[in-house]
Amino acid sequence: MNQALNAKRITLGEGGLTIVFALTTALSIYAAIFAKDAPFAFHASLAAAISAWAVFAIILRYRNRAGLPPQEINGLPNYNLAPIKFLSFMAMFWGIAGFSAGLYIALELAFPGLNIAQWVNFGRLRPLHTSAVIFAFGGNVLLATSFYVVQKTSRARLAGDLAPWFVAIGYNFFIVIAGTGYLLGVTQSKEYAEPEWYADLWLTIVWVTYLLVFLATLMKRKEPHIYVANWFYLAFIITIAVLHLGNNPTLPVSFLGSKSYIAWSGVQDAMFQWWYGHNAVGFFLTAGFLAIMYYFIPKRAERPVYSYRLSIIHFWALIFLYIWAGPHHLHYTALPDWTQTLGMTFSIMLWMPSWGGMINGLMTLSGAWDKLRTDPVLRMMVVSVAFYGMSTFEGPMMAIKAVNSLSHYTDWTVGHVHSGALGWVGFVSFGALYCLVPWIWGRKQVYSLKLVSWHFWIATLGIVLYISAMWVSGILQGLMRRAYTSLGFLEYSSSKPSKRCIPSTSSVPPAEACSSSVR
Amino acid sequence: MSVWSRHKIFETNSIVLIVGILLVIAIGGLVEITPLFYLKSTIEKVDGIRPYTPLELAGRNVYIREGCYLCHSQMIRPLRDEIERYGHYSLAAESMYDHPFQWGSKRTGPDLARVGGKYSDDWHVKHLMNPRSVVPQSVMPNYAFLENNKVDVASLADHLRANRTLGVPYTDEDIKKAAADVAAQVDPDGAGAADLLKRYPKAVVRNFDGQGGDPTELDALIAYLQMLGTLVDFKLYDEKANLR
Repeated sequence: MNQALNAKRITLGEGGLTIVFALTTALSIYAAIFAKDAPFAFHASLAAAISAWAVFAIILRYRNRAGLPPQEINGLPNYNLAPIKFLSFMAMFWGIAGFSAGLYIALELAFPGLNIAQWVNFGRLRPLHTSAVIFAFGGNVLLATSFYVVQKTSRARLAGDLAPWFVAIGYNFFIVIAGTGYLLGVTQSKEYAEPEWYADLWLTIVWVTYLLVFLATLMKRKEPHIYVANWFYLAFIITIAVLHLGNNPTLPVSFLGSKSYIAWSGVQDAMFQWWYGHNAVGFFLTAGFLAIMYYFIPKRAERPVYSYRLSIIHFWALIFLYIWAGPHHLHYTALPDWTQTLGMTFSIMLWMPSWGGMINGLMTLSGAWDKLRTDPVLRMMVVSVAFYGMSTFEGPMMAIKAVNSLSHYTDWTVGHVHSGALGWVGFVSFGALYCLVPWIWGRKQVYSLKLVSWHFWIATLGIVLYISAMWVSGILQGLMRRAYTSLGFLEYSSSKPSKRCIPSTSSVPPAEACSSSVR
Repeated sequence: MSVWSRHKIFETNSIVLIVGILLVIAIGGLVEITPLFYLKSTIEKVDGIRPYTPLELAGRNVYIREGCYLCHSQMIRPLRDEIERYGHYSLAAESMYDHPFQWGSKRTGPDLARVGGKYSDDWHVKHLMNPRSVVPQSVMPNYAFLENNKVDVASLADHLRANRTLGVPYTDEDIKKAAADVAAQVDPDGAGAADLLKRYPKAVVRNFDGQGGDPTELDALIAYLQMLGTLVDFKLYDEKANLR
């Protein structure tokens, strides 16, 4: 009796969060009433609604629960799987949303009549597509797998009681705010860092909590060593925090309005932006998903990681070199040449640790290659690593200034991003989800391996078609822009658009502009 | 002890691992970013760059809100074809008051860094209302709704003030006259035009959308587009002095 009473005590987390959310509700209602613009009022109302819901959810949960869940049951760790279930579901949800948005904006480029209203114009939907795929789909996969992997490889229950839920729901709320904001025209117009100041602030709180949950779980591990996947997760979490804070300091015009001005300007802002932007690729889309590779491929292939030493070298080399690569997004711009040269040099060097990771992933299959014939999930993850190798060769090549002078501003860049995003990130994510979902729901296997096989072949075919088409159109665009006639005039500056160049010369202004620019 | 066993300290101590990661990722950013704030050569010495007029700033905010940077760059590279097509290559100084920068990374449409003065206001109105009416092969969305949105003139002083806090040299007079300057810029025959031009040289003062009444977002956006790339007189620009 006494023990039961002791167990049923309101925890500091429950009490504290109830108070915090109650205050947030009041503050959000105030902000919604006195908001300077409609989108801010809408977002404040959403915040009020979800904070109020959180208060009730915490109180109800307290009333219905017995004691706190035990750390161990019969000597085995009592893993916390519920937040992971939620996160993997949200990953699928946002995946479908993000891919559909991508399809729609692609159709808008072919049929501009589809820009039917300001809320779904290309300029507002494209950030929705990129954010939904990278941060919503990819982010939920990273949160789900990291919470799973850190528990399993530490043989300890996830730290915190409400904290993992705060991270899971809080992160998805950030996505809702960011995504609806884009549709309403709330954006900083910094590529991949579009969310406005209040969404950024909220994300910072969620992200620091994420770091603390992850770190605290590592600290109570029962294993002497921190497994290699966790180095990558840790590098991803910390570096994303640093990048987010560095790129996003803003001054709101009013604390009751959505518009803010970024602290940096011009050339410094450009450098900050691509230091952030390229390392969103490097740490969000690479380090985080390499962590997935390091856990799920050995697990699925039932083979140990190929080389421990290679993982050490390529881990430190990768995170050291990646940070320097940002200026290759700014070749031949007004960024000083010395910065561009540094960016190009380090981008080329980056090829090596990238391939170190690829080799370590692929060679893990030594002795298990036959499984590729029978297991489409493993096949998906192995092909993802192959795509990783392909795009981490293409990237350094495009970072060479001479190549970049042609490829920059064209569809080639878009194609490159998609070979990485669909081929590498998409495939390794789906591979991991196909492993993870049966594990956490306690099923033997996915519903149908045959469907996985169909998924694999359809997606592979689609990706290959996509990137080949973008190579052709991108390189053609680059060549046409610099094409000269035998008399020394720009070939595509004032010509009537021929059938062939209608799509590709859309980046060339019409006749009036050109005649006045050639002075 | 072999080199490899020395790595054990990172693998057995999460705080050491975090500190290691932080140190390793800090170096590249510090080396590439910090000098840009103090090296004098980063931003060229050039005359003519001024802060945006309140109406231009409002137009720029429309440009930002609509995500124009996703299809239009504002950065002319020093390559022969770009200079012939778009004009003198862009200088860092030309975006020194841009919070945020809008250099862009993709050209589905043309570069806009020097679009100012290349088309008539009337062309811009037609083009924004229905791009395919003047450029048949364009895939740009229609922006007809801008015509119905009035510029939020009352808040512009706050916008200028925020920019000043971040280092844009707006004067007290600029902030005080923000609303009046908007009215002055769309009224070429009005009394405020001369005063506006004194504080914002080379500002384009016209009734951009050709309609009466309060200035719309269409006015603001066209005012912004019509000044892009026009501030520097490249006849006077000393390229040799600004080699970087």
